[in-house]
Amino acid sequence: MSELMQFLMSGVTVGAVYALVALGFTIIYNASDVVNFAQGEFVMLGGMITTFAHLAGLPLPLAALIAIAATAAVGVALDKLAIEPARGAPVVSLIIITIGASIFIRGVAQLVFDKQLHRFPAFTGDAPIALLGATILPQSLWMLAGAIAVFIGLWAFFTRTLTGRAVLATSNNRLAAQLVGINVKWVMTLSFALSAAIGALAGVLATPVTNTSYDIGIALALKGFAAAMLGGMGNPKGALVGGILLGLIEALTAGYVSSVYKDAAAFVVILVVLFAMPQGLFGSKTTDRV
Amino acid sequence: MTTKRATLLILAAIVIVSPFFFPSNYYYRVGSLIFVNALAVTGIVILTGYAGQVSLGHAGFAGIGGYACALAPVHLGLHPGLAALFGAALSGGVAWLVGRPILRLRGYYLAVASLGLGILVAMVLANEAWLTRGPDGIEVPDLGLNDALEAIGIDIRNTQFWYFFSGLVMVVGAWIALNLHDSPTGRALRALHGSEIAARVVGIDVARLKLRAFVISAVYASLAGSLLALQNKFITPDVAGFMHSIEMVTMAVLGGAGSVLGAFLGAAILTTLPQVLTVFQEYEQILLGLVMMLVMIFMREGLLPSLARRVRGREK
Repeated sequence: MSELMQFLMSGVTVGAVYALVALGFTIIYNASDVVNFAQGEFVMLGGMITTFAHLAGLPLPLAALIAIAATAAVGVALDKLAIEPARGAPVVSLIIITIGASIFIRGVAQLVFDKQLHRFPAFTGDAPIALLGATILPQSLWMLAGAIAVFIGLWAFFTRTLTGRAVLATSNNRLAAQLVGINVKWVMTLSFALSAAIGALAGVLATPVTNTSYDIGIALALKGFAAAMLGGMGNPKGALVGGILLGLIEALTAGYVSSVYKDAAAFVVILVVLFAMPQGLFGSKTTDRV
Repeated sequence: MTTKRATLLILAAIVIVSPFFFPSNYYYRVGSLIFVNALAVTGIVILTGYAGQVSLGHAGFAGIGGYACALAPVHLGLHPGLAALFGAALSGGVAWLVGRPILRLRGYYLAVASLGLGILVAMVLANEAWLTRGPDGIEVPDLGLNDALEAIGIDIRNTQFWYFFSGLVMVVGAWIALNLHDSPTGRALRALHGSEIAARVVGIDVARLKLRAFVISAVYASLAGSLLALQNKFITPDVAGFMHSIEMVTMAVLGGAGSVLGAFLGAAILTTLPQVLTVFQEYEQILLGLVMMLVMIFMREGLLPSLARRVRGREK
């Protein structure tokens, strides 16, 4: 029983990271229909920049802030330099552009930083907390709290602020949004900045537990996508629930089946969702505009 | 002369004429690598250029094809040549199974699912050491064709044999792809590339055709993986790695994903580059990433079709 409890807790912890990646996906997808394969690189940048800024002598909170701001800037650059010039390009081209961006960012990270595994100290120590017959790291609580805080923040942003509603309007109908005076280019840029910042935050929260290195991005993108699909593409609630669920599935696979193949769980989830319920848990059925 | 015949003639001429300019045996080796890559990329042309789908896991099929040549002769007693066909059938089967649920849907689903599939295949090859001997790789039995040629009096060096053999397979692969382009299937594929809804309206079974393109392209990648394994007489799980998948897509995109000759050009450029630039290794990811972004933003059709259009424009 306590064994199961332990698996569930580690599942929820990594699930929080997947949820954050999936939320980042959702923001860009909603604003622009672009599936951003570079989403995982934002997480990598968040962790790596914090690590190296901290090594350079900066206090951890400042290093984390710098990392989040710098990653948001990378997100803006991605939108301005690669996505905006390709406006109106078919899905195939957009996939290739964002996967190209992903490879490019990871190549640069490998040169600027290094190929080693890195971590920095947990925010509030490494002493495990006993809970319901299992133990959980304080950092895991930070990760969970981070995912929930981002979710609530986004919910408030999208429903309570004018800017947030402008993003929703743009995702609903770009042309109509433009007609009522919404600056859709700005909305796009904002979405990329926000999404990159959330990705970087995930990296900052997770690195003390999961470690980071230049090449973690693509696997995270795959898992974030699986989580988003499980929850229903484009739905923030789905992203949160899908992320936690995927984390649980992965932890149970690692615990009861094989720790080597826990990474295969994301792939199996994608296939099962596509087979059984392509709309995901919370997704609505989509129709095509001709 | 039709584009089809011109393409085949150009490819055949390249295979036959290039050796006259080779200063050393090493060039046969590079040439043969180019042909093997061009074969895999021809499969990507069918999938991406004709049908408008992206796969980020095609190296997984190359891995299946390569390891089939290493394992099937030992465990199933198959001749290495038959093992390559066995691998191709296996790759096609896997592509069919995975592609069936995915290709009912549009857009990015195949890219994501194939990414997962590729990672999974590489993972299995590296971890099931009892079968594949793990990350260090495994030796591959000799195809035996070279010895057979020697027996009938044709004495040819091993590297030269593989150069011409890979060249032959590449030209046959190009011929099949070009025939497909002009067949009803090819026309239907290009129609759905333009607009899936429009294609469906005129009665095209979109899901089945996309699936067919995916399966065919998987077979191409698998055969390329087999050719590579057979000529190296050795294979490692790297052949199924994520970066190899990315290389294939970049080659297709750079040369021109819609054109078989473009596939060759892209494969030739990106295979030769690391041989010429020794620093390439260090910057490989940056360069591949840049190429993908720049080509998609500035010349979406790729190098060859863009150049061809410019030349034609000047003639007018």
